[in-house]
Amino acid sequence: MDMLNVNINGMDLQVPKGTTILEAAKKCNVHIPTLCHLNLGELGVVNQTASCRVCMVEVDKRPALVPSCSDKVTEGMVVKTDSMRAIAGRRTSVELLLSNHPTDCLVCPKNLSCDLQSLAQELGIREIKWEGKRMDYEKDLSSYSLIKDPNKCIMCRRCETMCNDVQTCGILSAIDRGFDAFVGPAFNLDMVDTSCTFCGQCVAVCPTAALTEVNEVGDVLRELNDESKHVVVQVAPAIRAAIGEMFGMEPGTLSTGKIAASFRRLGFDGVFDTDFAADLTIMEEASELVHRIQNNGRLPMLTSCCPAWVKFMEHQFPDMLDVPSSCQSPQIMFGAIAKTYYAEKMNLNPEDITVVSVMPCLAKKAEAHRPELSCGSDSNVDIVLSTREYAQLLKEAGIDFATLADDEFDSLMGESTGASVIFGATGGVIEAAVRTAYEWITGETLENVEFKQLRGMEGIREATVTIGDMDVKIGIAHELGNARKLLEDIRDGKSDYHVIEIMACPGGCVGGGGQPYHHGDIEILKKRTAALYREDEGKAKRKSHENEQIIKLYEEFLGKPFGEKSHKLLHTCYQPRERI
Amino acid sequence: MENVKSQENKQYRIALRNSGLIDPGDISDYIAFRGYEALGKVLTEMEPAEVAKMVKESGLRGRGGGGFPTGLKWEFTLKAPGDEKYLICNADEGDPGAFMDRSILEGDPHSLLEAMVIGGYATGANNGVIYIRAEYPLAIKRLQVAIDQAREMGFLGKDIFGSGFDFDLYLKLGAGAFVCGEETSLIQSVEGKRGEPTKKPPFPSESGYMGKPTTVNNVETFAAVPPIILNGPEWFQGIGTETSKGTKVFALAGDINNVGLVEVTMGTTLREIIFDIGGGIPGGAKFKAVQTGGPSGGVITELDLDTPIDYESLKNIGSMMGSGGMIVMDDSTCMVNIAKFFLEFTQDESCGKCTSCRVGTMRMYEILEKITNGEGTEQDLINLNDLARSVKDTALCGLGQTAPNPVLSTMNYYKHEYEDHVYNKKCTAGSCKALLSYSIDPEKCIGCTACLKVCPTNCIDGKAKEVHVIREDECIACNACFEACKFDAVIKP
Repeated sequence: MDMLNVNINGMDLQVPKGTTILEAAKKCNVHIPTLCHLNLGELGVVNQTASCRVCMVEVDKRPALVPSCSDKVTEGMVVKTDSMRAIAGRRTSVELLLSNHPTDCLVCPKNLSCDLQSLAQELGIREIKWEGKRMDYEKDLSSYSLIKDPNKCIMCRRCETMCNDVQTCGILSAIDRGFDAFVGPAFNLDMVDTSCTFCGQCVAVCPTAALTEVNEVGDVLRELNDESKHVVVQVAPAIRAAIGEMFGMEPGTLSTGKIAASFRRLGFDGVFDTDFAADLTIMEEASELVHRIQNNGRLPMLTSCCPAWVKFMEHQFPDMLDVPSSCQSPQIMFGAIAKTYYAEKMNLNPEDITVVSVMPCLAKKAEAHRPELSCGSDSNVDIVLSTREYAQLLKEAGIDFATLADDEFDSLMGESTGASVIFGATGGVIEAAVRTAYEWITGETLENVEFKQLRGMEGIREATVTIGDMDVKIGIAHELGNARKLLEDIRDGKSDYHVIEIMACPGGCVGGGGQPYHHGDIEILKKRTAALYREDEGKAKRKSHENEQIIKLYEEFLGKPFGEKSHKLLHTCYQPRERI
Repeated sequence: MENVKSQENKQYRIALRNSGLIDPGDISDYIAFRGYEALGKVLTEMEPAEVAKMVKESGLRGRGGGGFPTGLKWEFTLKAPGDEKYLICNADEGDPGAFMDRSILEGDPHSLLEAMVIGGYATGANNGVIYIRAEYPLAIKRLQVAIDQAREMGFLGKDIFGSGFDFDLYLKLGAGAFVCGEETSLIQSVEGKRGEPTKKPPFPSESGYMGKPTTVNNVETFAAVPPIILNGPEWFQGIGTETSKGTKVFALAGDINNVGLVEVTMGTTLREIIFDIGGGIPGGAKFKAVQTGGPSGGVITELDLDTPIDYESLKNIGSMMGSGGMIVMDDSTCMVNIAKFFLEFTQDESCGKCTSCRVGTMRMYEILEKITNGEGTEQDLINLNDLARSVKDTALCGLGQTAPNPVLSTMNYYKHEYEDHVYNKKCTAGSCKALLSYSIDPEKCIGCTACLKVCPTNCIDGKAKEVHVIREDECIACNACFEACKFDAVIKP
């Protein structure tokens, strides 16, 4: 490898060709503040617009300061990161940003998790030096998922990189120019009128509160305090590996038992696990796959658990709506069962039941409002909280999460297998489906349930699993740009997969738009993923069809998987949507 | 040429050699003036590397503002790996009051086309784009006619001059953003994206249009190429100064008798341009300053009028060559107001990508506005200077890096005017309305009521044969009373 000599603040070091000044500085423990920069390493997500002008450093023989995040080291380069000139340049950039920023930090949804706020603190800025005109735009409150506040946009373009380069949705881009420039949809349309999938990745990377989730914590508190309501809660698989971060616990700490305990403390009438519904999903989805294979149905079949992906497909591939599985997502299936089977069992009026979901996802908020995913006039799921909102709810209720003693989920809809836990990581849904399909097709017991070839962080993965006398070809994609490639192959007749799993977010739900902010640290996503596989390993039952409560549900209520009642309650259909 | 009412003998026309002399709509006129002869020579007698070398040896430098050696740029693209390369002509002339390129595009479109085919050959590009602002409809029309004629004659298209070399080009219309004159923004815009600069490196010669090696040259630069090929690099070398060869077209504007284009050899002094060719300042007023380099340049004072102008000397006196705008100002010009005027332009034209330019130019503008409104403080002067330096040091592209130049150069040469505005609340040039307070000298006023009759806001009190008084709070400083008074009784600040 070509090595280059570089001197940073008087220290000599050698770095490989292609290293940025920022990376080289890190190697010799020199910290350069950054703001717009984002690099999610092996996920291939890089925002290198060099637009914030915060990471500026002085380079010998260069007439102006250079952005260290994007300028690469050249042979013999002499860099100063701590000169008065570099510090002044950096400081002015932050002061200028603050001069056009609403300084409502105390009541801002990003208070204490805002990168601009941290930077101002790090640089010791104590006054807004440049008073003057500020941007004055209306907030976009049009969607169920996210809120766009252009007045807090600092034009870092991270959201644009996610929306265009990673998710290939092309909703967000810079509009207007000069001082009035901000990021938004073309013609500043309301988000709800665009092809936005509400994946929330723009929110996940926004350094300020220009993009945040719709907060429904108050709604949950109201329901919990309404005596006429029977409030049940479900928690998605990926939450248990991430919620601890909001309470100072190590990333990747499993908190399943604490979650159950916290729900009980909050006063929920039923404390349940979306994992149960994930097992149910596998029963339906694996049945549908076996049905399609055995009856020469449409192949490949695509998973449909991810609502952002479903909406993406409706907008971008409206001619291929017969490809995804007709299964509803686990969140919606849970709601459907809660308001029918559970209501019946508990002798409750379904209208008196409030279903609250805790999801790692912002698209789940919009999904809950899809009219076709309701039972009669009542939604299957009433309120969806993100992981972050759940943490806020706990804090507001004064619950010290980290010290809670482990507890169990309630029966009826609380049991889960290892197969359902791994739904939260890319490749997990398909691995769970294979475990069940294998035993159903071959009639044999699957001894080694771990299909490691289906795991990993590469954007597109493929594997062939031999089930009986059939080689099942499996495709996996996470991030919608990768999904698009697989979809285009299917459209062009170049795809020979039997089944494909797609998740919109990097790493799957562990990297969801509603998860604790990762601030660009991909190691956090890997630790969350490892935690989910660890929980799977520790489970006595690791195949969805072995879930006793699921077996009972079919016996007592649903009949058989992919049967008539399932079709009515647990399956859905898709509609073509415009591309805007 | 009609719009140059100047003494021909002081001028030397290379870029404008045919403008006004030939019919731009007739290719045979151009051919009669040795048109496409250079192209024939290049394609039949020379290797691409030889062409680039010849241009390099001539000393031709970019006329769009940067002054980068053209031949060297061509060599970079030629040597860049890859089979697919592009050549783009930057015809997005946007400096206020500048129309050098327009004159060539409208008056001699074939000289551009010929040079672009030569440039394509020298850089290994088979495709060209002329990025032209949509506000130039006549230039667009004439270029399109010229392109059609050149295609018909075989100067564009396949196997030009039987050499086996293919080259064609098309027009891409700009949507009126000043920043698209910056080459990386221009490339983004040609690609159909938002016109915003990208970081350099990588330079376009490495990775430009569609990620392919691309050369971007200005219209005036191209216009000098055919004569260099025909007359040889030594000829061009012989014109101009040590570091800057050939001629430069300037657009004279502002307080000057002969407004229009002039083409002079490098090394001509500003005094020659303004007083000999430009005919001096109208109305016998005194020269105060000249702004070169458009809104990104700086002011040059009386002291430096004898500097022989080239890329380096202009830089040394705090301004720049730019694309050739030259705005002359007489002594009734307020330099703080001029800085504000240019800042208003650049902040309006900022694309908004980087913090320094997006917010920084607005904040500088606001401070200048405060000062011209008589509300400036000592701290404002310090802040303005700091901010200007910081924006220059941190902005992403040429637009932002040079936007503070008018502020820095006026603060440097006319510090006393800034101080006058701040400390004495006075604008000696009399152009900052908020600082103008009109009054009537009771000794001189005879009570003729002439001022009272013309005052549009009726803020002058008085009766015939009595001394008149101006109510300052209602005065809008329109100057009507001053002009109406025949007894010099109205006192203007």
